[in-house]
This record gives sequence, C-alpha cells and structure tokens, in this order.
Amino acid sequence: MSAPLLEVRDLRTEFRTRAGALRAVDGVSFSVGQGEIVGLVGESGSGKSVTGFSILGLIEPPGRIAAGSIRLEGRELVGLSHRALRGVRGRRVAMVFQDPAATLNPLLTIGRQMRLALSAHQALGAEAARARCLAALRQVGIPDPEARLDSYPHQFSGGMRQRVCIAIALINEPRLIVCDEPTTALDVSIQAQILSEMRKLVRETGVSLIWISHDLAVVSALADRVMVMYAGRIVERGPTRETLRAPRHPYTAGLLASLPAAIPPGAPLSQIAGSPPSLIDAPPGCAFAPRCPRAAEPCRAEPPWSEDGARAARCHFPLEAGAP
Amino acid sequence: MIAFVLQRLWQAVIVMLAISLLVFVGVFAIGNPIDVVLSPDATQQIREETIRAYGFDQPLWRQYLAFLDRLAHGDFGRSFLFNMPVLQLIGSRLPATLELTLTAVIGATVIGVPLGMYAGYRPDGALSKIIMAISVLGFSVPTFWIGLVLIFTFAVTLGWLPAGGRGETARAFGVDWSCLTLGGWRHLILPAINLALFKFAMMVRLARAGTRELMLSDTVKFARAAGESEGVILRRHVLRLISIPIVTVFGLEFGSTLAFAVVTETIFSWPGVGKLIIDSISSLDRPVMVAYLMLVACLFIAINLLVDLAQAALDPRLRGARA
Ligand SMILES: Nc1ncnc2c1ncn2[C@@H]1O[C@H](COP(=O)(O)OP(=O)(O)OP(=O)(O)O)[C@@H](O)[C@H]1O
Ligand SMILES: [Mg+2]
Repeated sequence: MSAPLLEVRDLRTEFRTRAGALRAVDGVSFSVGQGEIVGLVGESGSGKSVTGFSILGLIEPPGRIAAGSIRLEGRELVGLSHRALRGVRGRRVAMVFQDPAATLNPLLTIGRQMRLALSAHQALGAEAARARCLAALRQVGIPDPEARLDSYPHQFSGGMRQRVCIAIALINEPRLIVCDEPTTALDVSIQAQILSEMRKLVRETGVSLIWISHDLAVVSALADRVMVMYAGRIVERGPTRETLRAPRHPYTAGLLASLPAAIPPGAPLSQIAGSPPSLIDAPPGCAFAPRCPRAAEPCRAEPPWSEDGARAARCHFPLEAGAP
Repeated sequence: MIAFVLQRLWQAVIVMLAISLLVFVGVFAIGNPIDVVLSPDATQQIREETIRAYGFDQPLWRQYLAFLDRLAHGDFGRSFLFNMPVLQLIGSRLPATLELTLTAVIGATVIGVPLGMYAGYRPDGALSKIIMAISVLGFSVPTFWIGLVLIFTFAVTLGWLPAGGRGETARAFGVDWSCLTLGGWRHLILPAINLALFKFAMMVRLARAGTRELMLSDTVKFARAAGESEGVILRRHVLRLISIPIVTVFGLEFGSTLAFAVVTETIFSWPGVGKLIIDSISSLDRPVMVAYLMLVACLFIAINLLVDLAQAALDPRLRGARA
C-alpha cells in the first residue's frame, strides 16, 4: 500500500491562556488516503476546527503546534517557514468554512476573489485564469458561470455562495480539502445537493476530504471513514457504516442516542449527562469518564486503543458488537 | 445611479430652503444691523433713508422673499464691514481654508490609515505602542495648545518655519493658492499639522479597530487558507473593507473642519473663512454671516452626497442587486 496522502502523528496544539496551556488537540493521530472522505465529528469545542487549522499551518499566537508531525504527500509541514507554508496552503491543501456569507469578501466580485486565490500560486494570463475560474465554478455545479464571474457574493443564494467558496478552494487543484462544517448553515435540501456534488467531485478529481461536522447524519451520508473526537482526542475511528451502526466507544454511543431520529416519537430527547471537561490541566486518564455510564476505576489511567480490523476505540470497556 | 443623484439634488434644494429660512430668522433675531452701517452721530434723516435702502422697514416675510429673490440671482449683498460683495469676500478667503483643511484631512488619512492598520496587524509590536501613544496625544491635547507648541518649537526656537500667514501664493482657477509654491507650503505645514493631529488620531483608531477585527474574520482566514500573502490580504481585503467607515469619517471631518477651522486659523493668522466669520459675528456683519451659513450648509450637503456616492462605488450591496 502506498503512503497515505496525509499522515498526522501525535499532534498536540495548545493555546496559551491566563489559566494555563489549553490543549485543544491532544495527541491526535490519523491518516487520509488519496480520494478518501474522512468525517471528523464531535461536540462543540472538541477540537475539530483546531485540528483542521493545524493541518493548514493556520494556528496563530497565542496558539501553537506543541508537538507532533503532519506529513502531506510525504512532506513534513510542522516547522515549515511561513513562506513555505503559504506555498502549501491553497495549492496542496485548502479549507472551506461554515458560513459562506462571512467567508467571501462582500466588496469583490467572485471572479476577482478567485483570481486572487489563483495568483497566490500561479501566474496565468488573463484568458487562462478566466478559463480556470470557469472550470472551477462548473466543477461545483454553478449554472451559467460566465455570467456569474462578475457577480458579488450578496447576489448568490446561501447554497450557491458555499459552492463559490468550494470553487475558490479548488482553484489551485489541491489534493486535500478540509471542510469545516460547510453545510451546517444550509437548509437540508441544499445540503443534500452539495453532498452529492462533493461525492462527484471526489470521484472525478481524486481529491481527498476531511469533513468536519457535528451532524452524524451528514457524515454517515458522505464519509468513507469517521473519527470521533472528544476533548481534543480521537476516541473512536473506523469505517462509517459499521462505526455508526455499532459504536464501540460509549461517547459515540451517547452521540448516536441523542440523535432525534434514534428516539421514538414522544419519548424525551436523551442527552449525554454533564458537560465536556476543561482542556486546561486535564487530569490523566479517559476524559469522558466523568460522564460515562460504564466508567470504573481503571478509567483514571490512559485508555488503550482496542483495535479490531479497521476499527478502533480508545476505551477500557469498549461496547461489544451488538451491545446497546 | 442618475435617479439617485437627481433625487438627492431635489432633497438638497428643500433642505437649503429650510436652512435659508432658519438662517434668515436667526440672524434677524441677533440685533439691529443698522447700527453697524451708520455712525452713531448720523442724522435721523440719513438713518431713515438707509433703513429704506436696505429694506429694513418692510415686514419680515417680505424681507425674506426679497432675500430669496436675491439669493436666486446669486446676489448675497455687500459686507457692511468690508464694503464689498459678500461672494467676492468669501471667495477670496475660502481657498485658504480649503487648502488648509484638505491638506490636514488628506494628510491625516494617508498617514493615519496605514499606521493604524499596522497597529491593528501587530497589536503587540513596539512601533504599534508608539503609534497608539501619539494617537492618544492627538485626542487629548487641545488644539490651541498644540498650535502654540508648534509655533514655539519650529518658528521661534528652531526658526525653520514661519509662524503665520499664507506666504507666497500662485493663481489657479482665478484664486490664490499657497499650496502651489514652496514658500506657501512652508507656511501651510504647521497649521496643517495642528489641524491634522486630531483627525490623524481618529484615523489611526478607526483603522486599527477595523484591522484587528478583520484579522480574526473568516474572510481573512479564508484568504490565508488559499495561500494569499499577507500583503495581498491587507491591501485587497482589509484596506478595502475598512475604507467604508473611513470614507464616512473623512467626509464628516472634512466638512466640520472646513466650517470650524477657526482656532487654528486664528493662532496661525491664516486668512481663511474661520477668521472672517468670527469678525463678522462680532461686528454683526449680517450679509457675511448669512452667506457663510448658507455656504456651510451647501458644503455639508455636497460632502454628504459625495460620501454616499463613494460608499456606493466601494460597496456593491449599496448599488442594489443587478444579478
Ligand atoms: N484562538 C484561540 N484561543 C484560545 N482558545 C482557542 C482558540 N481557538 C480555539 N480554542 C479552544 O480550542 C478548543 C477547540 O476549539 P475548536 O474550535 O477546534 O472546536 P470545534 O470542535 O471546532 O467546535 P465547534 O463545533 O463549536 O466548531 C475550544 O475549547 C476552544 O475554546
Ligand atoms: Mg469548529
């Protein structure tokens, strides 16, 4: 098997705060293969976005990557100079954000914004640049792109605006796109269109996606593999279908149980009791233990990865297949 | 766009009418101008003739209509004090104020905005701290005091620059300008700095606050994620986005400075309209006051219109959807 496109090892990203170092990402390891869609799910504040920004080298002070390695196409990104990182961003790995209305510059035409991103990496003539912009807009399914190049962001609907963002991310043909909740702000039917558009894109171009979401339904519809994050760590990973059908980690099980679709009509919505722990001076051991129905004495110690083929959960007492 | 401008011009006419009424009544209320025109020992007959000649014996509304009629013909009357047509009088003073104000406001913007952007981009840098210290100074120290310090330092102690007056002027568009000669610039620079300091402080603050906020925005993060360089991000995104509030403040400051540059003009004996209006108020020179107030109203309307047009040019959302 050839080396994966992206390989993250023991990544630790911290923010300096008054109360001490906040470990937003704490020893995360994973890899993403060529043309693969990997879902990254977890509650708010679990470190999904920080993981994404770390991959792009976009952690600004007071934050820093304190330890670990990020290899993209075999090349180490941690420790690269600003200049070298700028050459990677947009060109090898791109990112799309949650709110397209806040992402695009309202004062510039989308053609202008696409050319700004393009010229960050390639010096193309006006004609070639235009052709490239049109191609990117067509790739994300924007109708009549010639007429749209001179439009401003406010002249697009929310779904179309997000497509424009994706087109800008695509413009330099990166190998990996980190999608940070790109459909969260959109209504369900638009969301479905974009998801199918993204699947087509991956099939046609072989680009890989890291799809960050707290919406398990979206991830199960899209991702080949899923990783579940809790308090800065990955607690479970595996192929999407199996993992979401029969989770091993009690946290994943709790997330699934709190989905409205999992609850019979009329029954009260179940929630994981308690709230996520502080990421500053976290005690050793399983971070989920205080909220976990299965927690016991051993959970004070670092849980091991219990692996099972492509699946793995980081728990002393993983749920067995078929268990509730 | 043309419809917009026409509509604004129509509004402007109505506003000017309202202002003319306010100005006329207001100025009428402040005192009897006949005492200014005549010496106290004039005979009763001369007095009555003069009153009739100026139309002061007519009822107020008739005087107002006559006043409007004269305004419509571009006749603002003669200054009692200088005994010359008011328009000519103001026209001879306005360029001095205009060039002083423009130099101050443009200078404050061109220097203040980049420095403010830098301070917002590197809020913890040493240079940023210095920039912010200067801006605090500009906000808190009174104009007249800075003016005196400038004169004392650069004119009296060092002798580098003249302490007052306009210096050499050159003619363009039929009026005299100091900014066209080197000597004129030497006279212009101290009062311009004096006038600019407060505006500079304001521009620094505005640019800094906008830049700080934008550097954390998704727009900038997205541009960075696309690999755009910091220079491109600052020029094409940040500067562009903060220019909208800056244009608004620029217009307001330009208007108010033009109308109220009097402190600086007095300290530096700059022969502008600020001094003229103070003189005319103290001597109840009614036609000058009236014309000046009308002119200021007119300028404010024009500046507001220009600001609105500039906003529309900068922000496509204000131009209406044309998708
Ligand atoms: N610039 C920063 N300074 C300090 N702390 C930060 C910063 N950015 C993120 N954090 C902290 O890092 C942790 C993880 O944040 P992150 O944005 O990655 O969460 P997330 O999983 O993306 O959540 P959400 O679903 O709400 O987007 C949070 O506790 C957050 O407070
Ligand atoms: Mg996030």
